[in-house]
Amino acid sequence: MKELVWLVPVLPLIGFLIISLGKNYFSKSIAGILASVAVLGAFVISLGIFFEMNGLHGKAFTLVLFDWISTGDFKVNIAFLVDPLSSIMLLIITGIGFLIHLYSMGYMHDDEGYAKFFSYLNLFVFFMLLLVLGDNYLLMFAGWEGVGLASYLLIGFWFKNHSYNDAAKKAFIVNRIGDLGFVLGIILIYITFGSINYATVFGEAVNLTSNMPVITAITLLLFVGAMGKSAQIPLYTWLPDAMAGPTPVSALIHAATMVTAGVYMIARSNILYTLAPETLGFVAIIGAATAVFAATIGIFQNDIKKVLAYSTVSQLGYMFLALGVGAFTGGVFHLMTHAFFKALLFLGAGSVIHAMGGEQDIRKMGGLKKYIPITYMTFLIGTIAISGIPPFSGFFSKDEILAHAFQVSPLLWGLGVLGSLMTTFYMFRLFFLTFFGTFRGTEEQHHHLHESPKTMTIPLIVLAVLAALGGFIGVPHVLGGNHWLEHFLAPVFKASEVFAHGHKLSHTTEYVLMAVTVILTIVFILFARNKFVSKNYVPSTDDSKLTFIPKLLTNKYYVDEFYNTIIVKPLNGLASFTYKILELKGINLLVDSVGKLVVFTSSVVRKVQSGNTGFYILAMVVSIVVILIINLFNK
Amino acid sequence: MITTALLFFPLVVGLLLFLLKGETVKKVALGASIVEFLLGVVAFVNFNKGNGLPQYELNIPWIKSLGINFHIGMDGISLLLVGLTTFLLPLIILAANRNSYKNPTNLYALMLLMQFGLIGVFTAQDAFLFYIFWEVALIPIYFIALLWGGEQKVKITFKFFIYTLAGSLLMLVGLIYVYFQTPAPHSFSLTSLYELELTNGTQSWLFWLFFFAFAIKMPVFPFHSWLADTYTDAPTPGTMLLSGIMSKMGVYGAIRLLLPIVPQGIMEWGPLAITLAIIGVLYASLMAMYQKDYKRLIAYSSAAHVGLIAAGVFSLTHNGMVGGVIQMVAHGISAFGLFYVVDILVNRTGSRDLDKLGGIRVVAPNYATAFLIILLASIALPLTSGFVGEFLLMAGIYEYNSWLAFFGGLTTILGAVYMLKSYQKAVLGDKTEISDKFHDLVLQEKIILIPVILAIFILGVYPKPFIEIAEPAVKNLFSLMSITIK
Repeated sequence: MKELVWLVPVLPLIGFLIISLGKNYFSKSIAGILASVAVLGAFVISLGIFFEMNGLHGKAFTLVLFDWISTGDFKVNIAFLVDPLSSIMLLIITGIGFLIHLYSMGYMHDDEGYAKFFSYLNLFVFFMLLLVLGDNYLLMFAGWEGVGLASYLLIGFWFKNHSYNDAAKKAFIVNRIGDLGFVLGIILIYITFGSINYATVFGEAVNLTSNMPVITAITLLLFVGAMGKSAQIPLYTWLPDAMAGPTPVSALIHAATMVTAGVYMIARSNILYTLAPETLGFVAIIGAATAVFAATIGIFQNDIKKVLAYSTVSQLGYMFLALGVGAFTGGVFHLMTHAFFKALLFLGAGSVIHAMGGEQDIRKMGGLKKYIPITYMTFLIGTIAISGIPPFSGFFSKDEILAHAFQVSPLLWGLGVLGSLMTTFYMFRLFFLTFFGTFRGTEEQHHHLHESPKTMTIPLIVLAVLAALGGFIGVPHVLGGNHWLEHFLAPVFKASEVFAHGHKLSHTTEYVLMAVTVILTIVFILFARNKFVSKNYVPSTDDSKLTFIPKLLTNKYYVDEFYNTIIVKPLNGLASFTYKILELKGINLLVDSVGKLVVFTSSVVRKVQSGNTGFYILAMVVSIVVILIINLFNK
Repeated sequence: MITTALLFFPLVVGLLLFLLKGETVKKVALGASIVEFLLGVVAFVNFNKGNGLPQYELNIPWIKSLGINFHIGMDGISLLLVGLTTFLLPLIILAANRNSYKNPTNLYALMLLMQFGLIGVFTAQDAFLFYIFWEVALIPIYFIALLWGGEQKVKITFKFFIYTLAGSLLMLVGLIYVYFQTPAPHSFSLTSLYELELTNGTQSWLFWLFFFAFAIKMPVFPFHSWLADTYTDAPTPGTMLLSGIMSKMGVYGAIRLLLPIVPQGIMEWGPLAITLAIIGVLYASLMAMYQKDYKRLIAYSSAAHVGLIAAGVFSLTHNGMVGGVIQMVAHGISAFGLFYVVDILVNRTGSRDLDKLGGIRVVAPNYATAFLIILLASIALPLTSGFVGEFLLMAGIYEYNSWLAFFGGLTTILGAVYMLKSYQKAVLGDKTEISDKFHDLVLQEKIILIPVILAIFILGVYPKPFIEIAEPAVKNLFSLMSITIK
């Protein structure tokens, strides 16, 4: 089966080509089916590869297709690496990808760009698979920028609206900032190791010592790329705006898969990061800071998708916190459980928006529980899962991260718990405001309320099951589990194990930490219930009455405005200065003056040729005298 | 033999065209350029990839008393640029068809003569011959810009002509000087110039004579001020010739003459040259950000790309050099493509002003897609033509100096900024009155754009054959340089 791995990305690529080139020749429903079948096919093969990988105990396999860029000692292939990490990523991408394709058949049913939408989705899946399958950094980068393109196309899917186009452009440009770091990191890897193939680089890296400046530089540069793609401070601002895209896109690209690419990249490069403890510390701090920072914003957002967007930024922060404290498995584990529950929540939000006829403001919802029961139930499961209530999936992955964080620093643990409690609060705030209380929308919306079609509810149910039970692949020893995922991924992280030092927590400590978090979480749920259900509190739609802190948070700390002032405007000013002053008044004028000088000089010199013989003779005599005098002095 | 055919065929047809009139001119010119392209393909297929020395040579005495030979031939670098020229010419000629230029006979004849000059530059193996072709290539483009240009054509073409001529005269002085340094009987042949062992002091000032000529042609900051006006004001076929092919002459000249003849001069002044090139990259990117005139914006963007190529070449690294050669081809294709899609825009809407455009995609989805693909190649998205060269260039520049790579790399961000911004303004958005004037691609436009798009993906996904052609020539260049580096 693993020899067929090339088909996994190629199937969606073919889907993309057929739909985009032939969409005028077949009916639009065929486009949806074709795209879904392509991803389903990729999923089936991925499943086969996964079981084979499981049987092989993690023995990696590389399939070389052809030479891509090779010159001198630089050599890069189009080649796919199948190992436990990539095989798990394949399952997540194609599995959730398929469900979201299915969902989109219902959600996008009446959109005039239906076929185009599916072609873009397939294109995205192709690039995402390329990203995780590449056996070298440059191919990862190709997928990396490719998913950025797909993201650009899908955020700006409704291209008639310029605010959506702005969001798409912003996403691409902010990602490009990160990508410059990524490219420079790749080049530095090449200069350092003479290769950018994972096998070669990691093989040589294990022989290095810790704390080499060049490795720190490489890992920091790569991390800049991750900050962009995975929306970490300071490059996270594009992700909330990216919600302009259709909701299935938010679920697939901006929650479950693409934004986790940075996590994948660091997990893939774990040995390099382990060798650079300073970078790891930095990653942990950025991750924890992002987790808390984004969560605070999430509390005050009233757009259902915006809440989930900040939640995604925050949850990605947890993944980086995990990586930063050396819990690579934990990072990947949370990547996976987050993919389940966040895809579920976004699709659930989509179902709500669908029912509400496009409304996204939770202040105008309320009491939807009885109108859309399946959405309600599945959304509840997602909310519990993200809050970390056992035995739902989020509990296990978050607990693993927090336990490792505590090992490294109780402060990081504290931040993690703080962020987690805020998560619980804003998610239940969202949940209660949406599904409980009385309906606050218009009469017309009230009349329109209906449960979504089966193509949409089936993916919700499947994801709900995964979000509920997905955590059982990583039950820790302390809870009597065997942590299957850790064993499965062990070959990928083996090299880093050698360098990992640090004491294991005692079981007692782990129990205490767990109990503290779970109890506090329940307290916060009750608090939210008290506020939004018992007291029926609904945030005012009048923003002008807000006090300082809520106002600051509703406006997202004014970070966009801040970037606008310190980067965008100065840059535009510099561009204008360069052109209007430096170029037009400077260089251009200088060059033209040289020209004018020549014209001027010639007009003066020309007068010498007056045609007056007497003047010529005089000039000759004067010249001869001058030459004679010069000769005299030379002797 | 094939070099001779490639060189003289456009000359002969070009001269014949002056005798013809009307529609036949277009057909003959197009047919000839296609035949020329096929000749180029033959040259590609039969090329010996392992060899870094010139192939398909013709070497006959020309002006015996001065030691000037009519010596032409192609190494890998020449072949790629000749290939680019033969690939683009039919497309440029076809693209010119849409506009009804007055005196089409002269225009098409000049385009073919231009091809003659360009191929001459890329194949000359004798320095004097190189110089002759260098000037020959200037004349047709001067007339194209002068006779069919915009409102300011007289002033602008005058500046362009004088500027580039001044540069090439300095090169001529340099060439005559090195000519007299060759052992008697003196020779202009490149091989004998390469064998010269000039003192460091001589190389130091000789560098500038050559550098000025090439820096103006590329152009490198601060010798670029002729570019935007000329590109913008020239008729579209002229702009395509200038940005697609002619802008490569400067880099090519540096590779062919500057580097191997005064390697020590490069060692001395290279740091300055590469810094100027990187400054130019950022400078041009910033200027592009400010432009409202779409053609002008692309002109500056083109200058930024060529600046990065120059920096890669002056990094004197293997990757920088190979990347530079590949990027010359890639940039030629995407620059042509960009100027073409903008020409379509101008043609249908009558405006190049970004503030007045918009709402195109609603009525022309195919056009919007083709535009986007070319745009992505221009901003070096992986798996498109722009990426391979640009990555190698960046790697080469990084090997030289990491900070220069960082600053040069900023253009990938700025490029995304101005390209996506302009695309959004011109193409996206809801219907406007502009949309009513627009319709989607017609057959002839598709015939032009499909080869461009195919080339973009072939170069991006499977650049191997092109790299294999370039590599031995690059290695040969380095060995030539090390002979005289002391």
